[in-house]
Amino acid sequence: MLSVRDLTVRFGDTVAVADVDLDVGAGEVVCVLGPSGCGKSTLLRTIAGLERPAAGEVVLDGRDLAGVRPDQRGLGMMFQDGALFPHRDVAGNVAFGLRMRGWPRADLGRRVAEVLELVGLPGLGDRNVATLSGGEQQRVALARAIAPEPRLLMLDEPLGSLDRGLRDRLIGELRELFARLGSTVLYVTHDQDEALALADRVVVMRAGEVVQVAAPDLLWRRPATAFVARFLGQRNLVAAHVRDGRATTVLGDVPSTRDDVAGAAEVLFLPDALRLAGDGHAGRVVSRRFAGDHVVVTVELDDGPTLDVACWGGGAPVVGEDVHLAVDPTATWVVPAG
Amino acid sequence: MHLLHTPVRSPKRLVAVVAMTLLATACGGEPTGTDASPSGSTPAPTGTTAAEPTATPTEAVTVTVVTHDSFNISEEVIDAFEAESGITLELLASGDAGSMVNQAILTAGNPQGDVLFGVDNTFLSRALDAELFLPYESPELGAVDPELVLDDEHRVTPIDVGDVCLNYDREVLADDEVPTSLEELVPFADQLVVENPATSSPGLAFLLATVETFGEDGYLDFWQQLADGGVTVADGWEDAYYGQFSGGAGEGDNPLVVSYASSPPAEVYFADPRPDEAPTGVIEASCFRQIEFAGILQGTEYEAEAQQVIDWMLSPSFQEDIPLNMFVFPARTGVTLPDVFVEHATLPSDPIELDFRQIGEHREEWVEAWTSTVLR
Amino acid sequence: MDLDGAALTVTAGRRSSATLLLAALPITFIGVLFLYPVATIVWTGLAPDGRLDLSPVLRVVSDPAILRVVWFTVWQATVSTVLTLLLGLPAAYVVARLDFPGRKLLRAAVTVPFVLPTVVVASAFLSLLGPRSPLNDLAVRIAGEGAPQLSLHHTVWAILLAHVFFNYAVVVRTVGGLWAHLDPRTEEAAQVLGAGRVRTFLEVTLPALRPAISAAAAIVFLFTFTSFGVVLILGGPRLATIEVEIHRFTAQLLDLPTASALALVQLLFVVGALVVYGRLQRRGPSRQRLRSAADVARPPRGARQRAFLAANLIVMLVLLALPLAVLVERSLATGSGYGLDLYRTLGESRRASILAVSPWEAVRNSVVFGTVATVVAVTVGGAAAWVVTRSRGVAARLLDGVLMLPLGISAVTVGFGFLISLDRPPLDLRASPLLVPLAQAVVATPFVVRILVPVLGAVDERLREAAAVMGARPRQVWREIDLPIVGRALLVAAGFAFAISVGEFGATVFIARANLPTLPIAIFRLLGQPGAVNFGQAMAMSTILMVLTATVITAIERVRVGTVGEF
Repeated sequence: MLSVRDLTVRFGDTVAVADVDLDVGAGEVVCVLGPSGCGKSTLLRTIAGLERPAAGEVVLDGRDLAGVRPDQRGLGMMFQDGALFPHRDVAGNVAFGLRMRGWPRADLGRRVAEVLELVGLPGLGDRNVATLSGGEQQRVALARAIAPEPRLLMLDEPLGSLDRGLRDRLIGELRELFARLGSTVLYVTHDQDEALALADRVVVMRAGEVVQVAAPDLLWRRPATAFVARFLGQRNLVAAHVRDGRATTVLGDVPSTRDDVAGAAEVLFLPDALRLAGDGHAGRVVSRRFAGDHVVVTVELDDGPTLDVACWGGGAPVVGEDVHLAVDPTATWVVPAG
Repeated sequence: MHLLHTPVRSPKRLVAVVAMTLLATACGGEPTGTDASPSGSTPAPTGTTAAEPTATPTEAVTVTVVTHDSFNISEEVIDAFEAESGITLELLASGDAGSMVNQAILTAGNPQGDVLFGVDNTFLSRALDAELFLPYESPELGAVDPELVLDDEHRVTPIDVGDVCLNYDREVLADDEVPTSLEELVPFADQLVVENPATSSPGLAFLLATVETFGEDGYLDFWQQLADGGVTVADGWEDAYYGQFSGGAGEGDNPLVVSYASSPPAEVYFADPRPDEAPTGVIEASCFRQIEFAGILQGTEYEAEAQQVIDWMLSPSFQEDIPLNMFVFPARTGVTLPDVFVEHATLPSDPIELDFRQIGEHREEWVEAWTSTVLR
Repeated sequence: MDLDGAALTVTAGRRSSATLLLAALPITFIGVLFLYPVATIVWTGLAPDGRLDLSPVLRVVSDPAILRVVWFTVWQATVSTVLTLLLGLPAAYVVARLDFPGRKLLRAAVTVPFVLPTVVVASAFLSLLGPRSPLNDLAVRIAGEGAPQLSLHHTVWAILLAHVFFNYAVVVRTVGGLWAHLDPRTEEAAQVLGAGRVRTFLEVTLPALRPAISAAAAIVFLFTFTSFGVVLILGGPRLATIEVEIHRFTAQLLDLPTASALALVQLLFVVGALVVYGRLQRRGPSRQRLRSAADVARPPRGARQRAFLAANLIVMLVLLALPLAVLVERSLATGSGYGLDLYRTLGESRRASILAVSPWEAVRNSVVFGTVATVVAVTVGGAAAWVVTRSRGVAARLLDGVLMLPLGISAVTVGFGFLISLDRPPLDLRASPLLVPLAQAVVATPFVVRILVPVLGAVDERLREAAAVMGARPRQVWREIDLPIVGRALLVAAGFAFAISVGEFGATVFIARANLPTLPIAIFRLLGQPGAVNFGQAMAMSTILMVLTATVITAIERVRVGTVGEF
């Protein structure tokens, strides 16, 4: 449905988006994930028509959007921090896109009520937006974006400034909402939890380039690079040397299934690859972090690397305690060094 | 009796006046020309070369009169003229008299208006040298004291006359205590306010009075004595009269000020209730004569209509309206004066006068010397 | 990575043709009605025979008498600026941070002097500082005959006091405006970290306020540097500023070479002040964390704060209210006691009045001219502000600066420039009744621009983008987003433009038609005639003018809630 080809956006000498390809199918939820400054917002703004690409094309439903003004693209977009109109009340904000698209005046009230209901703010139409809480403002912004039923709904860090509990709840609600509406969604965030929880596919960007496109579970288990692995929150990466389909580390050899990696590399030990055991690699607990239903201990191995291990149930070792680590070489993934 | 070959003035405002008796006596013989031609009826083109009007008479013509910001005349008088002549009058005020003349000089040839009113004898030579005016000898001139007619070529026509004089506060100084000549003024220096001749018309007039009285060799000594004695200098008449002078409506504490001979009648006229006696008096020996002129500006498209305006300014209705609007005396003889003028205006019998060409030649130099002596 | 600036440039580029079209309005306006006349008169002065001759400039800058004038001008402007800051900063704190009954009214009240015409203020100070000052009567009544008597008239003190009177509001509004929006938590943080009150003020508050303080200082310096009426009337002939000398050399002596040379010298200082001001504005409050004013003002706590508030109120009372009260008192004085007699007589066109019309007609003229001027100034200034905020180029900044110049160029230079430049059809405006409101609009436009630029600049670009993405065409974006948000600021700008137009004197006096005097002109002419009624009527009309401007400014205060403006 949306197809971005070889898109490049420059600001002066800075390349904000470099040669990006991206496809979003109808009804698909795609998340663009990356650290701040990686060009993901620029990508979104370019698709919306708010920036002009230096090269490449944006095609929506088979139509090249070059030279089409933002207001003629028929997209929906939710801005970082909402960008609510301070001079209009909640209903005025939500109705805005409808009015611009020429909805009959008589239908506005009904649609606004419907959408507010949908985002969980029934009856708040006449409230001043400045009096709303952060979460309520995000919902209004969302309602405003979805009200006109855009072909493509784009969200730019929609949950950026919210506290964790609220964010987790909204993630759940968003997922439900997207499913219910069957919307095509392009969602930009720097938070891997959001991306992994919401997306059908995740696009990871770094310094203007797309690093990897994959479904969330694949991304988690098979990151293309060490950068992707670390950005998703993986901590157990160990230096390795790859030769003949085997990667050698201080924790022993593991199989390498990638043809594109040879020589110096890193091996990702997934969380289920490591557990505390009676014997194995010896080390000492250097820190201990309580995580609700489990405890994460950081173990410094005698032969070098420091690794995080999750302990379920009681009896996690305390700091300073000597422990041994058992390693499951199949729960690993080799990535190029970096 | 002294003749008026000189003159003066530009003031912004008031003035005083004088001489109606003087004028009346001087010209007593010939009130005839006066009634002869109703104003506006006809210009008699005199020495004028390009007298033919360019506008057709049927078309409504607007004549713009450039004036200083003290010009004033009753609306009824203007309405009557417009009704009678079919001419529409525009009055354009362009600052004080000096500023107005300078603006006219800058725009010589492509003037802002058609008639200029308010150039006085202290600025006359500058205006004449710049060839601002077209000559026109109004038939109404016959009713004007010939001594007021300073330009033989009639490039300017005298409209009103007044005197700049020392005024005193009668509550502080009794009529027999005040100095009776400029020489006697020196001991009163610390009670005297004068205006800066560089920025004020009455200030310039008073400086000229001292030049005439003490001569070019002596006037600076006189001013040095005043300066040593602590004379107060103000930049403008308003500040001098309201801010520094104690008499009348003044708020200051000096009982002597350079103002106009017409200031006492104005104090009576503009008081509520009106007193029987003026609260201020005039020192006649200090009076310097200012004559205000009007002229037709070179470059006008409506010369014939402009001539009608000049005639109107000399007409009895305009001339009678002058005293209570501008607080100066009409140039025309035989004009009925308002009671307040008759009762309270002092009539200097022998005002100080200085030839306008001489003024034109030395004005800047005298002012500069004055500034060095008194201000620095 | 901060890509916002770059993003704006891209956006602006797309709109460049519309922007250019919009820019044409202020450029034409200021070019025809200001730059061209001024350039013509200066050129006439320095190139009398068509060839540029700079010797008058050399003569002027080497003439000790003129150098003394230059020195005095700089000196008095500097001292006036410092004094205004010293008295105005505490007041800025008071209106920004202390919540007390009448706070808004006070904020409006301190602004009234700023828009009053010099001629009115000068007459008030004339009454107050002269030997017959009511203060002196009071002193005698209290201390008996030998009481010390005040007479500041014709001293530099009179000038300085009047300058503080005029410009107090600039400091209070500019600095107070920012102060009200500063996040007080930074100060709280400093105190928690162990800084005392004074250290906190010096190391946290003052640096945060510096852009506003410097901007206010630059503006006050500019105003006082080019001060004319105050210096002329209150200073007496021994104290002259460059502006006064330009007037003398132009209007009285018609010495255009010297006047032009002086104008260039003055221009140099003015441009300097404007450049400083421009720099400081660009480093202004937008980068700081600003909060809405409502939540930082607190009622005064403790004896110290109450005493501080009281001290400030006393300063305002003596400095601002007293001169104005004297005006009112004089306008109510009748031959026997007090009454409204003078006001009653205003309706009559006295046969002998120096005014061609009844004083009430002068009020009407003022309102009509002021309204036309306001429409012109808001249109032109609005277009300029839009261009300035939407483009980042040197040209936009230049336009911004040029629009400020009318504040620093002598009215007599402009007035005489009009005469010799706008003298041919289709530009022969010299005799047009439109000239008065146009000249007033030239003076009012800089204020409109200064009020609108920060507000327009503060409109979040993303709001416009959000609207566009939702299908709003560019014109709809303007109507739906900018206009409603800037609407209040537009009202404020219009109110200011009106007050300033109504009070304008310096330019109007050269071009007003005798039969259409404005209020300040009428006051000026009444003060030019002797007699108690004339003086009293001048005071009564000054009071009316004061009430008129105070009403407008107070109305502005009601709508300006929550906007960050510079005045």
